[in-house]
Amino acid sequence: MVWYILRRLLQLIPVFFGATLLIYFMVFALPGDPIAALGGDRGLSPALADQLRAQYHLDQPFIVQYFIYLGGIFTGNLGTSFSGQPVSQILAATFPVTLRLTILAVIIESIAGILIGLVSGLRKGKLFDASALVVSLLLISIPIFVIGFVSQFIFGIQLKWVNPTVGDGAPWKDLILPAFVLASISFAYIVRLTRSSVIENLNEDYVRTATAKGLGRRRVIRVHILRNSMIPVVTYIGTDFGTLIVGATVTEGIFNVPGVGRTLYQAIIRGEGPTVVSFVTVMVIIYVVFNLLIDLLYGLLDPRIRYAK
Amino acid sequence: MKLNRIGVAFAGLGIATALVLTGCSTSGSTTPSATASANATAIITANGSEPANPLIPTNTNETGGGKITDNIFAGLVYYKADGSSANDVADSITTTDAQNYTIKIKSGLKFTNDEPVTSSSFVDAWQYGALLSNKQLNSYFFESIEGFSYDKDSPLTGLKVVDDTTFTVKLKDKEADFPLRLGYTAFMPLPASAFKDMKAFGAAPIGNGPYMLPDAASWEHNVKISLVTNPDYDGPRKPKNGGLTIIFFATEDAAYAEAQGGTLDVLDSVPSAQLANYQTDFPDSFVNQPAAIFQSFTIPANAAHFTGAEGKLRRAAISEAINRDQITKVVFQSTRTPATDFTSPVIDGYSKSLEGSDVLKFNADDAKAKWAEADAISPWTGKFQIAYNADGGHQPWVDAVTNSIKNTLGIDSSGAPYPTFAQFRTVITDRTIKTAFRTGWQADYPALYNFLGPLYGTGAGSNDGDYTSAEFDGLLKQGQAQTDVSKANEFFQQAQELLFKDLPAIPLWYSNVTGVFNKDVSGVQFGWNSVPIYYEMTKA
Repeated sequence: MVWYILRRLLQLIPVFFGATLLIYFMVFALPGDPIAALGGDRGLSPALADQLRAQYHLDQPFIVQYFIYLGGIFTGNLGTSFSGQPVSQILAATFPVTLRLTILAVIIESIAGILIGLVSGLRKGKLFDASALVVSLLLISIPIFVIGFVSQFIFGIQLKWVNPTVGDGAPWKDLILPAFVLASISFAYIVRLTRSSVIENLNEDYVRTATAKGLGRRRVIRVHILRNSMIPVVTYIGTDFGTLIVGATVTEGIFNVPGVGRTLYQAIIRGEGPTVVSFVTVMVIIYVVFNLLIDLLYGLLDPRIRYAK
Repeated sequence: MKLNRIGVAFAGLGIATALVLTGCSTSGSTTPSATASANATAIITANGSEPANPLIPTNTNETGGGKITDNIFAGLVYYKADGSSANDVADSITTTDAQNYTIKIKSGLKFTNDEPVTSSSFVDAWQYGALLSNKQLNSYFFESIEGFSYDKDSPLTGLKVVDDTTFTVKLKDKEADFPLRLGYTAFMPLPASAFKDMKAFGAAPIGNGPYMLPDAASWEHNVKISLVTNPDYDGPRKPKNGGLTIIFFATEDAAYAEAQGGTLDVLDSVPSAQLANYQTDFPDSFVNQPAAIFQSFTIPANAAHFTGAEGKLRRAAISEAINRDQITKVVFQSTRTPATDFTSPVIDGYSKSLEGSDVLKFNADDAKAKWAEADAISPWTGKFQIAYNADGGHQPWVDAVTNSIKNTLGIDSSGAPYPTFAQFRTVITDRTIKTAFRTGWQADYPALYNFLGPLYGTGAGSNDGDYTSAEFDGLLKQGQAQTDVSKANEFFQQAQELLFKDLPAIPLWYSNVTGVFNKDVSGVQFGWNSVPIYYEMTKA
């Protein structure tokens, strides 16, 4: 088990180098000259543009730029944005916010999704099940920015239950509405996954055996049906955690959450290589670590899945 | 003031989007509220964006940072809502020849770190900003001062400190509007402590303006910046409120929602999706006024059929064939104002009744008559096209304009799209373009000359149509040699009357700034540069 974890963690090293190299190359290949853009529509004088290019090493060939960046990382210097702020500071300011938003969203979608999916599966074909299917279909088919704008308008502007956008320091209470919006689509998928998984398990031999043994219905559902139905759901939630951290750009824009998606978007627009690469690299690492955690969780849910040393 | 890059994509290329507005023309820009008692300690909240560069005045060339530096620094002059300028730190700016200026500043002023504001505070800051190796984005603002060089480190020899409150400026050439520039961010003074560590200064600037940044922590990057009033500032821009918090929004839509929710006091750009409803959402508290952005299309000076006497007739006929009122209303939902000159209504010296400006009014009969007259000289052949970049949202108005020309003159007319702005600019700069093409200009500082010299002066940097007129150049030169701005403006107006005859570019309209504010805020006015004048605002 320990060896397995170690081996997986070792895999992080090539992933890290591959990801940074690839992303650095992509930023490098982006059309447009970030230095020319700094001058707005008037443009900079050639001599000034050359000096700025030299300051950000943009006059060097790609591979040299990459190694300068790598060298910086190992001395704890991730570079600075055009506004002069160290990238490490930007990372420290934005990741906790997005992490909070994502955790809230994952809690909401897991609890609501699994509960509703379970009830739906147990009452297959009844009114509750039908309504749950319709609602989840609706959520899946509506683009997230529509859900975002509509809920912001209704709850933030009309009913005034919450602030329309996220305020100072992104407090938990301001993040609730964005988290619901962010969770909406995944919630719909979790309902459907849980439902079909539960239905499948209902017909398994071990469920029939457990019922025949005279176990209470609650215990049958909890231990024999739900637990066995969780494997695909946990896989989905785990990957979703990574996706939400990376893909909250739209929601963060609508609710003005000062998080990762928003900052990354601006950095891409401005062509700030060091910021983009550092952000994406941290995202990749989070994604990989989460995948490892999910794999380990399988073992807990289903003892048949064991990891060789 | 340059727009930020997103701003360039929208406004620079002229999309129907939001910039801010000045003056107080349409409804509701100033709502005197008799009932609301102003609270001198209330904090005004406004929208903004994270500064793209450190907050060093000579390095702040986009609106996100400019909004902040303009409020924490006080320059020699400041701009009023109507685009005119008045002394702030300056006591007097005098010249006898429009080339050598003597500037006296008020004594006893200080920065918020208690350093005195002296003539060296200005001279040192300008020297720093102009030096190539300091890599300041606004360095071009110093180009007209003697000693400036784009290509090498070269001190501004034209700047001389006389005593603590006096310094002199020698320009390379006569420039009557030099004093008008001095309210721009690039010309702000810096305390001596700034030069010791400019990097630290850019993160926590120390100014002498109406507001101040109490500490570096009050600038929460990507979130907001909280400014408080500067107790030592006693100039003409003394705040009527207790502070200014600029919240950085990722999208205009989020800012609009916040204004609707009531927690954002003033928003200076209405997102395009809300242009249809902002006047009903904020019935008594919206702004929609022309800004210092002029839009036109240029017909190259050597285009076939557009030279000589025939050309003058055809240019006038095309101008009169465009129904600007209808197009601004239908295509732009009234967020453009039909042009009446070559500058902008928010600039001091603007006049809407210049001789010859009738050519900008829709007049189908006269247009047909002039076109027929030109046909008598040399019959029209071919197609009249207006080139534009397809990535900037220009197609609707180009189609409307060419349709208007087609229907009025009965000639074949259409748009000629280029896929990207870069390709579009390339054919213009290498002069391979043979059709008319869209052009636009946003002022760097509020002066008539800034709309004329760079665009139509012989050989000027942005004279894309290669217009050349010795008479026009002469009038500009005479204007620049005046020592009195209003006298200079008379020459610039005459120069415009000449442009109405030659029509090197066909004026179309001014971009508007659209904004909304909350009911409990009063005294809302927008400056010439489309930014609200925060220090005048009060909150109940």
